[in-house]
Amino acid sequence: MSISTKSFALHAGLIAVLFALGFLLPTYHQGNLARIMVLATYAVGYNVLFGYTGLLSLGHAMFFAAGMYGLGLAMHLGGLPPVPAFIIGLIAAAALSTIVALLALRTIGVAFMIVTLMFSQAVFLTILYLGTYTGGDEGFVIAQSSRQILGYDLTHPLTRYMAALFVFSAALLITARMMQASFGQVLIGVRENEERTTMLGYDVFRHKLASVIISGTISGAAGATYALLFGYVGATFGSVQYSIFPLLWVLLGGAGTTIGPLVGAVFMFYLIDYSSGLTNAYMLIAGVVLVLLTLFARAGLVGEIRKRWIAWLP
Amino acid sequence: MTKTSMTTRRTLLKSAAAGGLLAASPLMGRFASAQSSAPIKIGFQQHSTGIGAAYGRWYGRTTEAAVKLINDGGGINGRPVEIVAEDDGTDPKRGAEVVEKFANQHNCDVAFGTLFSHVVYGSAPAAGEQKLPYFVVSEGHHVASGALNRYTLQPGITDVKSQVQAMAPYVAENLGKKVTMIFPDFAFGHDHRDFFTAAIEAQGGEVLEHIAIPPTETSFTKYFPKIPRDTEVIYHVMVGPAVLTFVKELGEFFGPSAPAIFGFIDSLEAVDMASPGLEFLEGTYFWEGNPRYAQADQTSHDKMFRAAVGVDDNGASLSDSKDVSTYAHMFGCWETLHVIKAGMEAAGYQGPEDRAKLIEAVEAMTDMPESDAHPQGPKLFNGKTHQVFGVQYISRVEKGKLVKVHTTSIEDTLYEDEVDYTTMSF
Repeated sequence: MSISTKSFALHAGLIAVLFALGFLLPTYHQGNLARIMVLATYAVGYNVLFGYTGLLSLGHAMFFAAGMYGLGLAMHLGGLPPVPAFIIGLIAAAALSTIVALLALRTIGVAFMIVTLMFSQAVFLTILYLGTYTGGDEGFVIAQSSRQILGYDLTHPLTRYMAALFVFSAALLITARMMQASFGQVLIGVRENEERTTMLGYDVFRHKLASVIISGTISGAAGATYALLFGYVGATFGSVQYSIFPLLWVLLGGAGTTIGPLVGAVFMFYLIDYSSGLTNAYMLIAGVVLVLLTLFARAGLVGEIRKRWIAWLP
Repeated sequence: MTKTSMTTRRTLLKSAAAGGLLAASPLMGRFASAQSSAPIKIGFQQHSTGIGAAYGRWYGRTTEAAVKLINDGGGINGRPVEIVAEDDGTDPKRGAEVVEKFANQHNCDVAFGTLFSHVVYGSAPAAGEQKLPYFVVSEGHHVASGALNRYTLQPGITDVKSQVQAMAPYVAENLGKKVTMIFPDFAFGHDHRDFFTAAIEAQGGEVLEHIAIPPTETSFTKYFPKIPRDTEVIYHVMVGPAVLTFVKELGEFFGPSAPAIFGFIDSLEAVDMASPGLEFLEGTYFWEGNPRYAQADQTSHDKMFRAAVGVDDNGASLSDSKDVSTYAHMFGCWETLHVIKAGMEAAGYQGPEDRAKLIEAVEAMTDMPESDAHPQGPKLFNGKTHQVFGVQYISRVEKGKLVKVHTTSIEDTLYEDEVDYTTMSF
């Protein structure tokens, strides 16, 4: 069996398992997994830039927020139905990521991190400043009655789960296919040795530009999906904290692996969910676990599996 | 039934194993058949960590005291009340997750307790979808504005619109009519800007200048020259750790010749009035939801409430005089729990199938006389807007203590309905 066939089987199998879990899980965990899949979509987007291209952004919350507010404002103020509003969310994230990429890619390394962080802060403060429209720090609710597509009620637990699975699967398959294509291989080349990739004749800037736009747009799709499925749009999702989360999920799951973002998001979600039952200092537990993983599984959970046992893992 | 219970998730997890053993025992059959003796489970969405932690700590203590009183008095419909506390991290995403957890994992009958508005906004859709009655203690205008849903109610604390509006007559008559407002440049500050500007204009006054402070600001001196010279009253609502710097710098800017100063105690909840830098507040005025210091005309209800929660006459913990309470807000938990009790008893509440009846019973409430159940003062509940209205207090800082100088009427706090939740289906 070729690596691409194994890879396809892995992704198809994962989607099939997630589909089945939608019917098998108790209501509480079904709801959690729906939420996790949306967050994992965000992490998949982040992974394109960080895991495959080697660019560490500390400002991805702005793309998540762009998608979220693009959809949210289109529905809340514009009265648009979900599908056109979702497209507006995607356009908002794509436009913002293009602008940010054109400016931030003039820098490298630590400067890139700082510039993305500053842009994200600017977006966050803009959301607060335009409180008349955005609801400021409080945000706003998208009416339950408007969250329907083709007669399907997205607030119904199973429908919501399947919608989250659809978006996650699309992001997963797009990135998996992308990384098998020559475009993805060049991104990995940029990550491993940018000078050599340039020397080989590839237009590194254009590839990095495309990587930021794809990454930002997938993150925006996650933000729009979150708003649509869970009915809330708020500035918190544009804060620094929400730029750090996808970094953690990707690091935990395995940077540069296709299923790592999902594994990291699941792990982190339930780590907090269960450890908060033990102590109020649950972030300390999360921190200790992260330190241990950094020490003993530096490539992340899936990354370590790939390194030690299953070398073909995509 | 006289069981007192404040169950955190931790104790719940520990008891789960014991519960498994119990389920396998013959005794379980007897308890299971006597359904009416099962505890009423109230999910307590607590800000244990994050920016709301100081409020969360005192909301927790107040909740514990209220539940003890309710259980000592026979519980609700003869059933004990059990609180299931979950930390929401003062985060709207986690808040929604916690509400789903109350509904689907802990099988709570209702949820309550949220303070910060963004957490209410983030959690209310989940409450509506789970059809879980969600009693918030937030003072935000979100419920009465019609932004939420029929399952979300605020029957234990007044909202910011009514509070701000009720301040204007006293400010205009006693402090001055030319006001400069200083407020944080986000939703909380904007609420004050919009509601107070309209209210003071209705009193024949005017706001000379709106000074919005960016939320990331740590020094304020550069904003003070914007205060017009003919300002008679400075109205401030700064919040967060920077408030001490704000007060200190305002004092240094004006020296002894400051205009009258009026603020909202939100700025200084859980902050000791004797903190260095707050000397400048001497002689200034504050809105208080409930007077922090025991007043000369203290009611027996306030005395009882204070003792039950463990608060001394200075508004601090009986066990630690430096642990200052969030007295202006935390009564809301106490009163909300008593409203839930009254609502469940009026509805003959038996279980989750009666949640709609519970909401209708609360919607039918109107007058809530001052009593041990409502120690902050008398209230009037508006079933259409799901919002309670009540008296507000204005205090003056005298010798480092807040002394009540004015009590508004409930009528001062009323405004036109902006929604009728009773027309919405369940």
